[in-house]
Amino acid sequence: MGLTVSSRANMIGWLQAAPLALVLGGFLVVPVIMIVVVSFWGATEWSIYPAFLFDNYEFLFTSWVTYSVFLKTFKYAFITWVLTLCIGFTVAYFLAFHVRNLSWQIALFLLCTIPFWTSNIIRMISWIPFLGRNGIANQTLISWGVIDEPMEWLLFSDFSVILAFVHLYTLFMVVPIFNSMMRIDRSLLEAAVDGGASGLQTLWNVVIPLCKPGIMIGTIFVVTLVMGDFITVRFMSGSQSANVGRLISNDIGLLLYPSACATAVVLLCTVLIVIAIFLRLVDIRKEL
Amino acid sequence: MSSWAQTKDLVKMQSDLELVHLTKRYDVALAVDAISHRFKPGGYACLLGPSGCGKTSTLRMIAGHETVTEGAVILQGRDISLMPPARRGTAMMFQNYALFPHLNIVDNVAFSLKMRGISRTERHAKAAEILRLVDMEKYRDRFPNQLSGGQQQRVALARALITRPQVLLLDEPLSALDPFLRIRMRAEMKKLQTELGISFIHVTHSQEEALALADEIIVMNDAKIEQAGSAQEVFNAPKTEFVARFLGGHNVIEVPAGRVAIRRDAMRLVSQSDALIQAQIIAVEYQGIHVLLTAKLLGGQEVTILLSDRDFFASPSQPGEAVGLSWDQTAVHSLSA
Repeated sequence: MGLTVSSRANMIGWLQAAPLALVLGGFLVVPVIMIVVVSFWGATEWSIYPAFLFDNYEFLFTSWVTYSVFLKTFKYAFITWVLTLCIGFTVAYFLAFHVRNLSWQIALFLLCTIPFWTSNIIRMISWIPFLGRNGIANQTLISWGVIDEPMEWLLFSDFSVILAFVHLYTLFMVVPIFNSMMRIDRSLLEAAVDGGASGLQTLWNVVIPLCKPGIMIGTIFVVTLVMGDFITVRFMSGSQSANVGRLISNDIGLLLYPSACATAVVLLCTVLIVIAIFLRLVDIRKEL
Repeated sequence: MSSWAQTKDLVKMQSDLELVHLTKRYDVALAVDAISHRFKPGGYACLLGPSGCGKTSTLRMIAGHETVTEGAVILQGRDISLMPPARRGTAMMFQNYALFPHLNIVDNVAFSLKMRGISRTERHAKAAEILRLVDMEKYRDRFPNQLSGGQQQRVALARALITRPQVLLLDEPLSALDPFLRIRMRAEMKKLQTELGISFIHVTHSQEEALALADEIIVMNDAKIEQAGSAQEVFNAPKTEFVARFLGGHNVIEVPAGRVAIRRDAMRLVSQSDALIQAQIIAVEYQGIHVLLTAKLLGGQEVTILLSDRDFFASPSQPGEAVGLSWDQTAVHSLSA
């Protein structure tokens, strides 16, 4: 009797886990396995054929293009991370600690999410008329007499790429940090003041340590999004700059699927290693 | 320990806390209404009252976590009401202890020393000394969530004491503990206060706690001080109906001269001819040491009479029985409101 009850409970447990397992298996695990398999295939100018070759990886690791592109990808990720962290932390701090009224907090928080009602690409492209050679920014600065000639580096440059990244992804930093901050017991801040901490000391010794899990979750979001991106880099750099995502997308455009897969595998491993390092630094489990 | 003894002597002479017309207004609501009180130096004072009576606001104004709308807080002759909390010479222990969850016990206790830029070894040594005082030095490397409620409370006490305050402010310090631990911890706190000789001001809504701990009870109601005095004074001779009812143990009855409070155990059952007032017993409840009688006076007022079991069983009465009640005139306390 006891056995049947427990095996039945077991059965129910499996059934409950099945839908998510099927979705993840079908849409995540199987495609990743496919990518890994295809990354060992061979390709000619007009066809791809099943094989077990290391040619793709060999080409990848012996080409200086790979290293420079990876370096560029890390550079984008790092600069975007620093900026989104600074802006995101400040916004979250303002929302959590300076806006005392809950309904205002909710209203301002929703305001932050409104840009997300439009597509990524539209938000990106809308920078072009603003930043262009004869765009609003340059014309305004010229009319104010701040500059004499239009600034070329505003658009189709690393500046515009990072600007777009920051614009697109800051909210991914704001949300988890805000969430961490809202969980901080306000009496902890009073206890810090009671112990003689100044505003900055409270920030450094109490608020930031308690926000670490939120900062880490935001960091994972931003870093993975930036490292996996290709469209922002293409549009905002005017195809003058490349990151790993663009490398993959170019290979796909040339129907070089095995090569694209090999690059994808290397990128996936890189991102996983980066995340593994992050998780070693901060325990985010208590936040989930 | 020697430095503690020195501080103790110093403090005993000087810690003199006074509230002068202290007022707190939130928009239109009046939380504390121009209260004035001089605390006994080096004593254990309890601010007692129901929730919303202004006792926590008063404490927070003394601590500096709430701005003072009007009036002043004077410690050792200087007005501290505009100073930041850490410079006042007070320290606060928070209701839920507010220990920093990301710091271990010794760092929690040493927090205020770190803020002052004291070196790590020195502040850890000082923290260890205070932790020894509250008998928690063996948990120095634990984190707050690895401690029980009572242990967290001791750490919170240690953290508040490390700044060597002249006045320690405690906001409902026992409310987060279970009843058994509450009784144990309150004995420890009283002991600690006696040892250190500094003033403790303890906010509570439990009259039992206040009576057990306080040298001085300040009963608050409706943003005002109803009565202040020693525990015995306040319990024994309530001045207002609120105090009589809130501290319990009293019957409040209407007599021709006005309202009076008479202790439940000061009432006696007597023969009808000797009685000051006639009554009818409605209920009899045996409580072991005592017998609790509920009786209805002729006017319809209900009173409670507490008799020792020996007195009661010497001449037991039944519900429904008509009896006479008497008391000594010295037991009668006329009430002002």
